[in-house]
Amino acid sequence: MEYFIQQLVNGITLGSIYGLIAIGYTMVYGIIGMINFAHGDIFMIGAFVALISFIIFGLTGVALPIILLLVLLIAMLFTACYGWTVEKLAYKPLRGSFRLAPLISALGMSIVLQNYVQVAQGARVKPMQPLISGGLEFFNNSDFIVTVSYLQIFIVILTIILMGIFTYLITKTDLGRAQRACEQDRTMTALLGINVDRTISITFIIGSSLASVAGMMFVLYYGVIDFYIGFLAGIKAFTAAVLGGIGSLPGAMLGGLLIGLIETFWAGYVSLEYKDVAAFSVLIVVLIFFPTGFLGKPDIEKV
Amino acid sequence: MEKKDIIQSFKDSLFTGLIALALFGPIVGLRTASKGEGLFITPQWGVVFLLVGLCILGRFLINLNSARKTEITFFSKFTSKFSAITRDKAKHFAITAILFAVVFPFLPFTDRYFMDVAIMILTYIMLGWGLNIVVGLAGLLDLGYVAFYAVGAYSYALIATTFGWSFWICLPLAGLFAAFFGILLGFPVLRLRGDYLAIVTLGFGEIIRIILINWYEVTNGPDGITGIPRPSFFGLPFKRSPDEGETSFHLFFNLEYSTMHRIIFLYYLILVLALITNYFTLKIRKLPVGRAWEALREDEIACKSLGVNPTNTKLTAFAIGAMFGGFAGSFFATRQAFISPESFTFIESAIIVAIVVLGGMGSQTGVVLASIFLIGITEMFRDLEQYRMIAFGGAMVLIMVFKPKGILANRKPTILMHGDKK
Repeated sequence: MEYFIQQLVNGITLGSIYGLIAIGYTMVYGIIGMINFAHGDIFMIGAFVALISFIIFGLTGVALPIILLLVLLIAMLFTACYGWTVEKLAYKPLRGSFRLAPLISALGMSIVLQNYVQVAQGARVKPMQPLISGGLEFFNNSDFIVTVSYLQIFIVILTIILMGIFTYLITKTDLGRAQRACEQDRTMTALLGINVDRTISITFIIGSSLASVAGMMFVLYYGVIDFYIGFLAGIKAFTAAVLGGIGSLPGAMLGGLLIGLIETFWAGYVSLEYKDVAAFSVLIVVLIFFPTGFLGKPDIEKV
Repeated sequence: MEKKDIIQSFKDSLFTGLIALALFGPIVGLRTASKGEGLFITPQWGVVFLLVGLCILGRFLINLNSARKTEITFFSKFTSKFSAITRDKAKHFAITAILFAVVFPFLPFTDRYFMDVAIMILTYIMLGWGLNIVVGLAGLLDLGYVAFYAVGAYSYALIATTFGWSFWICLPLAGLFAAFFGILLGFPVLRLRGDYLAIVTLGFGEIIRIILINWYEVTNGPDGITGIPRPSFFGLPFKRSPDEGETSFHLFFNLEYSTMHRIIFLYYLILVLALITNYFTLKIRKLPVGRAWEALREDEIACKSLGVNPTNTKLTAFAIGAMFGGFAGSFFATRQAFISPESFTFIESAIIVAIVVLGGMGSQTGVVLASIFLIGITEMFRDLEQYRMIAFGGAMVLIMVFKPKGILANRKPTILMHGDKK
């Protein structure tokens, strides 16, 4: 029982990270109908920017909460630049091309970003000293002590806050309305005087910023990153987006949580070696048996 | 061009520079390196300013040029002329290429290194042709093709090391195994839409690799399988001193022993295998099933309403593509005499997809040119391994942006209803 609760806590933490990345996939899919294969690598870039800023601010000796806030903002800003540029260079010229063209372009972009970071930052893994240590302990009297670290609490709370802001942005502001309009009918939206290109750019910027937050959490949580983390995390987050129903924002978060839980429980109870197989199998099973996911709309193919 | 335009494009270039600074500043400018405990930062501002300068200059030149639009039209004119030549003179081109390939091992400048590169290029050509059936003809983007390559290599290695059967028995078995896997994996997923299919095949590729790493009892895990038997020339091994009661190749033909014999044999082996793949594809394109593939690629709904079963048709393409992947895999295993899961990563799939895409999906000649170009360039810049992958990905993006149909845009159906209208 204690072991179960511990796995639950770990799973929710991991799920928050996946959920934040999944939002980027689901938003882009909703608005331009493509799988942004390079999104996982945007997350990786966010993790690197966060790592670099942690090292720089670590030398200054500023108080921890301020460091966290600054790193968060810096990572969001710089990573958003990457998201914006990738969209401008690799996807925008391809609107209206044949269906697989953006996917292949995204695949190329993903290879570019990975190897670019490998060249610029080196291929070795980058370890970082834990910044937030300690935690709360429960079930002290039993054999297995459940630990909820402060870091896990921080990750979950930050995710909830960001989700709150994000939901407000999408449901209540003009920008959100423009975005939802673009999702439904791009031509009509353009006719009504909304700058569609700008709206799509902003979608990429928001998605990338959220991915960079996930990247920062990843650095803090695992303490080790390399240029290759984006591949697996990207696939899992995509699985999360599909599981929740691609195109649906609450679905992405729900899917993220589910994938996080499935992965941790699989690793905890079944087999550690095959934990990545679990994620891939979930992806395949979901796509085959209910491709619309939990909260997605059915996909109608028009002739 | 007016002065106003120049000022405008100058401002635009400066903005590009600003973005470039934001992009390259942290990632390139602040290189992290571990020293003892923890990480330290080594600034590299020189490189950053160089890159930013290049971006500003490049943007400015593009802006100036876009008023005239000469560069792009010249480029596309050149490639379309080129693809017209390869299409009209396809037969001459093919015969010349095959003749060259046949005499290549005996050309005066050909040495061991050239042969190795040529074998590698031919392996990729074969993989490209195999995948072209799936991607080019049937229009299914398969990002996990390396899985079949791996299945072929491992089944060849396991059969050959366990039972000691000869290459010529193991090769078809490995191909069959790969095709069987193709059906097994393809059956549930081929109903999916294009981009979903791509991601699922990628997932399968990774699952196969993870299983290869972890299934110690059979695959020997990350250590791989060693001592895979080398191929023999119809029963004559390539050995300096053959075993008791055996005749080796050089003794039989009364030649001086040389390691090149085996290499040349391997070269012809892969050449023949690749040509078989090509011949098969060219023939099957004209059969009903091949036409159904191309029809499905163009319009799935129309096909369904005409009574073509999309799942079965796609499944045949998937299985046949997988079979050729399996053949290539067993060739790889016998050439290396050692295989490990490391040879079958996702990047390998990406390279094969890149070859097919860059060559122009569906174009057999395009695959050859793209393989020579990509693998040849790679070999030339061996020391710049990492930069090469950047160029690789960049080429994929650029081709999609400027020539989405590939270098040799030859994606027209084999048959048209009212004759050939150009």
